Amino acid sequence: MTPASASTELPLPSREGAGGAGPQVGGSPPVAARRAGRGVRRFIRHRLALIGFATIVVLALAAALGPYLDPFNDLHIDILHRFAPPFSGPHLLGTDQLGRDMLARLEMAGRVSLTVGCAAMVLSTITGTVIGVLAGYYGGAVGAALMRFVDAMLCFPSIFLLLALAAFVQPSLLSITVIIAATGWMEVARLVEAQIRSLRDRDFAVAALALGAPDRTIMFRELIPNAVAPIVVASTLNVARAILLESYISFLGYGIQPPVPSWGNMLNNAQEYLTTAPWLAILPGAAITLAVTGFNFLGDGLRDALDPRLDVR
Amino acid sequence: MTAYLLRRLGQSLLLLWIVSMIGFAVLHLAPGGPLAQFTLTPGMTQADLARIAHQMGLDRPLPLQYWEWLRHMLAGDWGRSYRDNQPVLTVIGGHLPATLELMVSSTLLAVVLGTWVGVLGALRQRSLFDYLATVGAMVALSIPTFWFGLVVIYAFSVKLDWLPVGGMYTIGNGSFADYVHHLIAPAMVLALVTVAIWSRYMRSSMLEVSSQDYVRTAVAKGLPRRVVILRHALRNALLPMITLAGLQLPTLLGGALVTETVFTWPGMGRLYLDSIGYRDYPVIMGLLMFTALLVLLGNLGADLLYAIYDPRIRLD
Repeated sequence: MTPASASTELPLPSREGAGGAGPQVGGSPPVAARRAGRGVRRFIRHRLALIGFATIVVLALAAALGPYLDPFNDLHIDILHRFAPPFSGPHLLGTDQLGRDMLARLEMAGRVSLTVGCAAMVLSTITGTVIGVLAGYYGGAVGAALMRFVDAMLCFPSIFLLLALAAFVQPSLLSITVIIAATGWMEVARLVEAQIRSLRDRDFAVAALALGAPDRTIMFRELIPNAVAPIVVASTLNVARAILLESYISFLGYGIQPPVPSWGNMLNNAQEYLTTAPWLAILPGAAITLAVTGFNFLGDGLRDALDPRLDVR
Repeated sequence: MTAYLLRRLGQSLLLLWIVSMIGFAVLHLAPGGPLAQFTLTPGMTQADLARIAHQMGLDRPLPLQYWEWLRHMLAGDWGRSYRDNQPVLTVIGGHLPATLELMVSSTLLAVVLGTWVGVLGALRQRSLFDYLATVGAMVALSIPTFWFGLVVIYAFSVKLDWLPVGGMYTIGNGSFADYVHHLIAPAMVLALVTVAIWSRYMRSSMLEVSSQDYVRTAVAKGLPRRVVILRHALRNALLPMITLAGLQLPTLLGGALVTETVFTWPGMGRLYLDSIGYRDYPVIMGLLMFTALLVLLGNLGADLLYAIYDPRIRLD
């Protein structure tokens, strides 16, 4: 009896698929070829995760160190040189409608967007883990109530809930981070609850209980360390989700407020200059896509690497 | 079946009740509250505000307010918009068709494209196509919808001048062809994420079905590959996708909000954003409840359809 399971973010099925090892329609290739193919795929999979990781590192380094190396300040307004296209002058990636250097702005915005994304991930992972552990360990009425709350939260499209919260809260880095986390902890809670429920009856947990360990010790010392792998995967994918959501609400004007730049709010006015200065729209979006793709690739690679079912073969 | 249906309906109602409390709490505990809109009016004194608050029942304890709201809601009175004093249901009803049309057309697009990509990926597992489809799906999931919308506008409207930049009709032209012309770009943009997810699930569903005995039997009987794929494998692989379609609803609704904003499509998403701007509490609350209701009904419908089309599933 599964209650209406409304899930916003569906985990993608493992790339191998359930029938990966089974016969294929139209006859299967020879065993040696299949084995080689599997090796190739494993290499590719790792390579994607590595590419993702490298992308994140490059973006993070650019955001952290770039502003010290740039000749231009991100807030320096230079009306005479506004709308300079990229690769055409002293401004490597051009300038915006106020003549501010795009590269410097992108780097500063990267600091904000990446920080908000990671901080929201940490908050939502902690919240989701705690709620999931409590629901999974105690079960019964408490567990049911907590999980129904999770189900109800998942009935809202996250942007709807996020906008409702963002519109009524004084926007600041902290408040935006908190509300993004507030709409992103449910998947983790679901996952942890399921894990804990199955781990709770395993011998080591029963033994700890028999030894008289308090609930808190069993939950946080015995059970959680055994559920770390899926939590790590979920939180990596959660960073991607948080960066995307921050960009959505900032684009709509309810997120990070100018003059503090974020990749999302840089796109805020970009639509009106689409005909004259398309790079204002293209560059920040490309930065978001790169960062989110990076975290998604990394999370996917981690899932494959940490999924114990894939070791059996 | 009836017992199952009743139980599922009961669960959905329970969830809807929790949903209503969350929505109510979010809106009424937030700083500012429904009165924030009036503080912008010049000449408004503290006494005026208090009087309005009393008139609207906002000075009463929150649980009491919630009870009042719930009572009216159940009686079909969802309140009136602060903006134009129209009943909330009328306002939502006026914007619903545009959103549904956008969602249905983009879902059709996504299902056709996603099924094709997924099936081809499963049939040619580990081929270059499969690899590109996998990477492509991941990238598609990572692209912000609104930015993709801007890129589409830039490419197809600004550069190529093939599609209009937004809206639903050209002023003075209400023809169906004009409407479809306006629908293409937003439907394409909204379909992006769905295509990615659908193709991945389709691929793994197809792989799973392909390893079933009945497919092996069909191959062993010497049936043409085409027949095996289309009649034995694909039809069965599509079954679990019904559930996925139900689960995708929140993502689709959220995507519709962003897409409608970029393409100035006059649907529910735009209405929601406008209502947020106006702090139109009854409409915001109404839309939150309405989307949650849609999501719950979508899930329920998907599960029932699945049971109807798959005789192996017994609901009891």
